[in-house]
Amino acid sequence: MKRTYLGEFEEIVLLAVAVLGGQAYGVSLMHDIAKQTGRELRLNQVHSALQRLEEKGMVKSTLGEPTAERGGKRKRLFLVTAHGQRSLQEIQQVRLSFWERLANPFKLGINL
Amino acid sequence: MKQQGHKAISPPEWGVRFLRWFCAPDLVEVIEGDLYEEFIRQARYAGERKARWLYWFEVLGFLKPRYIKRNHSDFSTSSLFSHDMIRNYFKIAFRSLSRNKGYSAINIGGLAIGMAVAILIGLWVFDEISFNRYHQNYKKIGQVMIHNGSERNGTYDYLPIPLAGELKSSFPDDFKYVVLSSGSENHIISSDDKKFTQTGSYMEAAAPDLLTLNMRGGTRAGLIDQNSILLAATLAKKLFGNTDPIDKILTIDNKSKVRVTGVYEDLPNNSTFKNLTFLLPWELMVSTRDWVKGDLGNWNDNSFHIFVQLAENGHTPRASFSEISLRIKDLERRYISKEKALYRPELFVHPMDRWHLYSNFENRVIVTSESLKFVWFYGLTGIFVLLIACINFMNLSTARSEKRAKEVGIRKAVGSLRSQLINQFFCESLLTAGVSFLLGILLVLGILPWFNSVADKTISIPFTNIWFLLMCLAFTAITGILAGSYPALYLSSFNPIKVLKGSASVLRLRIGSVTAVPRKVLVVFQFTASMALIIGTIIVYKQIGFAKKRPVGYTRQGLMQIRMGTSDFQERYEILASELKNSGVVSQVAKSSGAVTGAWSNSAGFEWKGKNPSDNQDFVMVGISYEYGKTIGLQFTEGRDFFRSFASDSSGFIINEAAAKYMGLKNPVGETVKWNNSGENINKDFRILGVVRDLVMNSPFENVKPTIFYLADRPGYISIRIDPQVGIAAALPKIESVFKSLIPSAPFDYSFVDDVYASKFIAEERVGNLAVFFSALAIFISALGLFGLSAFVAEQRTKEIGIRKVLGASVTNLWRLLSKDFVIMVIVSCLIATPFTYYFMDEWLQKYTYRTEISPWIFVLSGAGALCVTLLTVSYQAIRAAWLDPVKSLRNE
Repeated sequence: MKRTYLGEFEEIVLLAVAVLGGQAYGVSLMHDIAKQTGRELRLNQVHSALQRLEEKGMVKSTLGEPTAERGGKRKRLFLVTAHGQRSLQEIQQVRLSFWERLANPFKLGINL
Repeated sequence: MKQQGHKAISPPEWGVRFLRWFCAPDLVEVIEGDLYEEFIRQARYAGERKARWLYWFEVLGFLKPRYIKRNHSDFSTSSLFSHDMIRNYFKIAFRSLSRNKGYSAINIGGLAIGMAVAILIGLWVFDEISFNRYHQNYKKIGQVMIHNGSERNGTYDYLPIPLAGELKSSFPDDFKYVVLSSGSENHIISSDDKKFTQTGSYMEAAAPDLLTLNMRGGTRAGLIDQNSILLAATLAKKLFGNTDPIDKILTIDNKSKVRVTGVYEDLPNNSTFKNLTFLLPWELMVSTRDWVKGDLGNWNDNSFHIFVQLAENGHTPRASFSEISLRIKDLERRYISKEKALYRPELFVHPMDRWHLYSNFENRVIVTSESLKFVWFYGLTGIFVLLIACINFMNLSTARSEKRAKEVGIRKAVGSLRSQLINQFFCESLLTAGVSFLLGILLVLGILPWFNSVADKTISIPFTNIWFLLMCLAFTAITGILAGSYPALYLSSFNPIKVLKGSASVLRLRIGSVTAVPRKVLVVFQFTASMALIIGTIIVYKQIGFAKKRPVGYTRQGLMQIRMGTSDFQERYEILASELKNSGVVSQVAKSSGAVTGAWSNSAGFEWKGKNPSDNQDFVMVGISYEYGKTIGLQFTEGRDFFRSFASDSSGFIINEAAAKYMGLKNPVGETVKWNNSGENINKDFRILGVVRDLVMNSPFENVKPTIFYLADRPGYISIRIDPQVGIAAALPKIESVFKSLIPSAPFDYSFVDDVYASKFIAEERVGNLAVFFSALAIFISALGLFGLSAFVAEQRTKEIGIRKVLGASVTNLWRLLSKDFVIMVIVSCLIATPFTYYFMDEWLQKYTYRTEISPWIFVLSGAGALCVTLLTVSYQAIRAAWLDPVKSLRNE
């Protein structure tokens, strides 16, 4: 049904890029995702996910200005493309439709 | 800047460098920035130490193809060694090689042969240098030797037994092992039905540990029991086939019974102990030989070897060989008589890795040995042959430079850098060298079996040795760079404007004058080297032939000798002799103390009329039976042979001419000689009965020593003269059956005197054969180069030849024109090579006392030979060019 396949980690990274809106780059993404998911992350994982996303056309990137806190190196800032946004929405749709069809949502069990 | 401590913190330098090195250039900046940011953050929260660890951890996380793979840029980089350029270099190199198939074939063929020779010689030299490396502790093993007196052979390795004990007790901290050993001896080893004559030694129990024998069965402790034996694997196989030899019983010389306690891997050809096919316990020799028992405390009998291994701290010896030599220097003087001490005996330890190449002593110092000279000689030959091949390559490349000048011009005009052109030409030569190397290795594989048999080696190509492979790579690279340096540096220097302006004639002039001189020098060098090799070879052969033709003083053909290995020979000699004669195939049988092909028994203590008191030279002594003279065919010049019928002949001497000359007797026959020698337990007068022609018993290259024959009933060798009417093939089985029935204790091991005599030339023939091989290749490669060069010259002068033809030049004229230069070069080479080779070969000949002289015809002959080869190669091209139709050669342009 879907034209583009998105891995679970890629999806999270893509969402994080969207959330950080314009301030998304390697380190900030890593910390945000680590905070939200509680996972142990390595920079190379984030970078490879970003590369794959860029190859799939879901994010685009621009080079920022060099800053002292980065040892005089530029950062690569990521933005979600229209195609990325649509993909995220599609995923959301699919999930929602499944949740709606769920006759007995699990949360009941927790209350007891 | 605000915080001092903050500023000092920076990521691990090597981590950053590593990242920059492996990471793709277009990714590295962002990644490095991210890592830096994270590092600072971690340093603040978790401390610098942890942050550094984490930095490395993160860096290594990027070690993935995704980050390493370089992005293909649309624009070429300016780097000389960028991927694209290197690919382009090789592409062009391939194209230019395949476009000029003839030149490439000459280049690659010549270079391949040159490299094959160099590899072969390299392997040979390595084999020589790595002698004795098989023994794991070779760096710590030494042999105790002694300087005694100051003459040429005043340094030897024969020592008295008690010295070993003295070394052990006086220097317990210096030696790990001190091992006494007999010299290597021949013994008959037999098990039930099989018997073989084998070489081996008696050694003390620590010997297998010292030699680090590789045990195939049993243990190294196998010599502790007095009646035991260790066998080399080949001998064990010969004796017992595939059954387990351990604990089997063997008989030595039909006397002692010993039990096999171990089998060791054969010692390799490049070990001093290569002939050690068995090891017997030292104690066995002591118990079976009374004279050894008597020598246990005797400081005056130097008959034994002592090997030592230095004690060590960790892995380094506690003291060096020279330190220990200094300590033990005077050890022997305390125990020997005053007269002997006058010779200033001086002990020292000779390290194992120097045994093979550095064991020639003269006046107590090491002099260049024959083996070392050969290492140098062959090493130089290899370099020469390779150089000759490289020169071919250089010459052909520069000669063709005119053709490539345009290419260089255009390349430069479109923006090629000079360094890129240099790389281009180096790539071409590296490619040629690489292909040649592969061909060369194939050639070596083909030649190696023959080479091994000629050089008496067991060399193989160590393909699995990483160092060998690295050496090969380095070797190919060096050859490529050597061969390519001249064209690369020269061709790349062309000025594009001049080249492209089309002034071909200017260019030709320029190329002609600039390159012709070095090219001529190189050709002269090539031919000088080839000529030197040829002349050297001829002289080596002449010397061998000269020595071969030398009269030997007896009749070699059909003469057989057998060593009297067990006591049966001596006890049953008379019946053996009569049985042999009765067999009808043997005309004479005799017995002598030494073989006619090697007399080593010397004696002193002679007095004769008119003897000069300073005449103290030893005489070679040969004890013989009555029939000896008739059996081997002694040639009497004066007097007579021994006769059984004259009882007084038992105190008679027969001397050779050298002895007569040395004694200075005008009429030696009938003179009286007094022989007083305590060692021989003899003191009486002898009468000279006859004089014989000099017998060449030892080296055919040396003077014959004064020799005395006397009657003695001693075991040694049996000589058998086969009846010439019967022939060897028919006689052998009959002789063998007589021996088998009378002396079952020994194998029927015989040798023919003419074979043994021929083997005396082996060392020289080996040099000769290898020299022929190398010089043939050298001249072949040179001729190949000349062929290419003359082809080029003829091609270059096509127009000139065409015009000359039109104007009336004959084919002979043109042929002379084209060949003249080369002929002059070869003649110059001859003139250079002659004095050079004369000097070296004269020095080589000096080591032989019986030597040929270097006559001028050798130089004339080899010069004429070289000239012939040159004319043949050059004329082919010259005549072909001269026959060309001028219409064709002048038509275009």
